[in-house]
Amino acid sequence: MANVIRRQTPAARLGRGLLYGVLILAALFYILPLVVMLMTSVKPLSEISAGSLLSLPQSPTLAPWTKAWGEACTGMRCDGVGGYFWNSFAIVIPAVLISTTIGALNGYALTKWRFKGSELVFALMLFGCFIPFQVVLLPMAQTLGWLGISSSRAGLILVHVVFGIAFTTLFFRNFYVGIPNELVSAAKLDGAGFFRIFWRILLPVSAPIIVVSVIWQFTQIWNDFLFGVAFSAHNTQPVTVALNNLVNTSTGVREYNVDMAAAMIAALPTLVVYVLAGKYFVRGLTAGSVKG
Amino acid sequence: MAALEIHNVRKEFGSERVLKDVSISIDSGEFLILVGPSGCGKSTLMNAIAGLEPVTSGNIYIDGEDVTWRTPADRDIAMVFQSYALYPSMTVRQNISFGLEMRKVPKAEREQAVERVADLLQITHLLDRKPAQLSGGQRQRVAMGRALAREPKVYLFDEPLSNLDAKLRVDMRTEIKKLHQRLGTTIVYVTHDQVEAMTLADCIAVMRDGHILQLGSPDEVYNNPVDMFVAGFMGSPSMNFIRATLEDNSGGYQLRIATPGEDDLVLPWPQERIAAEMAERLNQPVILGLRPEHFSEEDERLTSQAEGTLLSASVSVVEPTGADMLLRLPLGEQEVTARVGPKCAVAAGERLSLRVDMGRAILFDAQTEQRIA
Repeated sequence: MANVIRRQTPAARLGRGLLYGVLILAALFYILPLVVMLMTSVKPLSEISAGSLLSLPQSPTLAPWTKAWGEACTGMRCDGVGGYFWNSFAIVIPAVLISTTIGALNGYALTKWRFKGSELVFALMLFGCFIPFQVVLLPMAQTLGWLGISSSRAGLILVHVVFGIAFTTLFFRNFYVGIPNELVSAAKLDGAGFFRIFWRILLPVSAPIIVVSVIWQFTQIWNDFLFGVAFSAHNTQPVTVALNNLVNTSTGVREYNVDMAAAMIAALPTLVVYVLAGKYFVRGLTAGSVKG
Repeated sequence: MAALEIHNVRKEFGSERVLKDVSISIDSGEFLILVGPSGCGKSTLMNAIAGLEPVTSGNIYIDGEDVTWRTPADRDIAMVFQSYALYPSMTVRQNISFGLEMRKVPKAEREQAVERVADLLQITHLLDRKPAQLSGGQRQRVAMGRALAREPKVYLFDEPLSNLDAKLRVDMRTEIKKLHQRLGTTIVYVTHDQVEAMTLADCIAVMRDGHILQLGSPDEVYNNPVDMFVAGFMGSPSMNFIRATLEDNSGGYQLRIATPGEDDLVLPWPQERIAAEMAERLNQPVILGLRPEHFSEEDERLTSQAEGTLLSASVSVVEPTGADMLLRLPLGEQEVTARVGPKCAVAAGERLSLRVDMGRAILFDAQTEQRIA
């Protein structure tokens, strides 16, 4: 795109200048909340009550961060969001891995080992993407109770896996549809079976869609609040629930700097994932459509 | 014993019948080509032989064993696909040895097999490359190498040359033929290209609408087609079909071709080629089939014994191909193509005397399109 021929008249330059001006303004506006959060999180409380929201911190301090991590009160307990942060990881990592694996196998089976009604199965799975979370809260609570894993991490993992499969199946199915069936036929003739073909032929070329699936699932599950608040106990709460409790705990003066630091802590992993793997995300989403 | 025997195979997708009672048998070392227009069922038949699609009824035998319900892996066949289907994440070496690895062949033997086929196909220098780094012709070779490494009983080729450019296609065609002569393998080869069929095959099966219309040697299929479809499909430029009336000619037969604005053209039918069925069609419309090479310039010698019949027509188009010349000229109500020598000095619009080799002409029924004589 770098070598597009452009008209170089003054009017065209002015137009381009205006265009960039608007874009930069929009970008600044978009990033403003994050900047305010970051600045507030390193200000001492006195500066917050005295100064304006946008003023730069005069004497920056990391005290709000350490407090949010280890001392702030979340409801009855006052041991910060740190423990819940690790809780979230303990839920998110298994849930992402399991749902991605199942999604990949589903996508593979639905495209390369078609059976009577496989399209219907896929359509029904797709339907899972549109089910509102609230609808399943009560039946899910009942199911988790029957399985004996209510209020446990395992229960939350199960819920997220079940909900995630619809999306991961969609991703992998659409990716594998673009991979020629002849590859699978050739491997069948060579003597490979269902899992061998998946492991040796398809998985090695699936990197782009695995990245997409992992990022999507990671952010979805990490950011989940509803399932977290409904199906967890005190010691198994994810960080999103803990953040909510922290902000809503009203004892004395409201510590905006600690709230902001806790929010930053809760948002950090998804931010990091996007920054590190964001370009693969876009690349993976378009991989099927661009490939000739 | 037949290396491959297909017995009354039918294939139905819902109510659509793709293969209707197909039976073929080929011997070990034979090169069978399935040819026909797209949608004739040739690829379906190939997939049925490979075991990639189950048949609705009928049986398939490889080396005398009934493999109809065996998995593709258990049939001892290898296939070269139109898209080559090389495993993208593996090197050429891994691609070639994958089938052996799946069959638990020891590593040393696998290495040997890779060396052997790489040598045979001259791809030794490519062994450590990935398929994406290869050109079309090289991929084609690797795909063949993958099939050759396993030394199966039957090789299946599914339009293997259709993705190559014209020159490479001719080269690879020769190479496949050489390979077959050298290794004496049993090959089933699907193509829609009748030149490939003619040049490669020991045996051609011309298919249409799920039927095998004719099964025979290239010579038989070309010179003795069973009907107008086979006659028109094989050969390029294709056979000329001329509407005519079959008439009595003092004991023999002759063909009258109505020519608007001129005297009717009358071509006597050679005595030695009279068939019994001709009597029933006396004074009825028939179709005369003449290949472009059945015409020749007046002074050229004919390939067959029979004396050619002279006709004169004004040439409408002259197409020199280098090796010879294709002339378009009106004959009766149609325009026909004639193939003459490259030295023929004729320009469009001029009249030319041509000899017709009736000894090789073919007669079809106008309704059923079946061959009469």
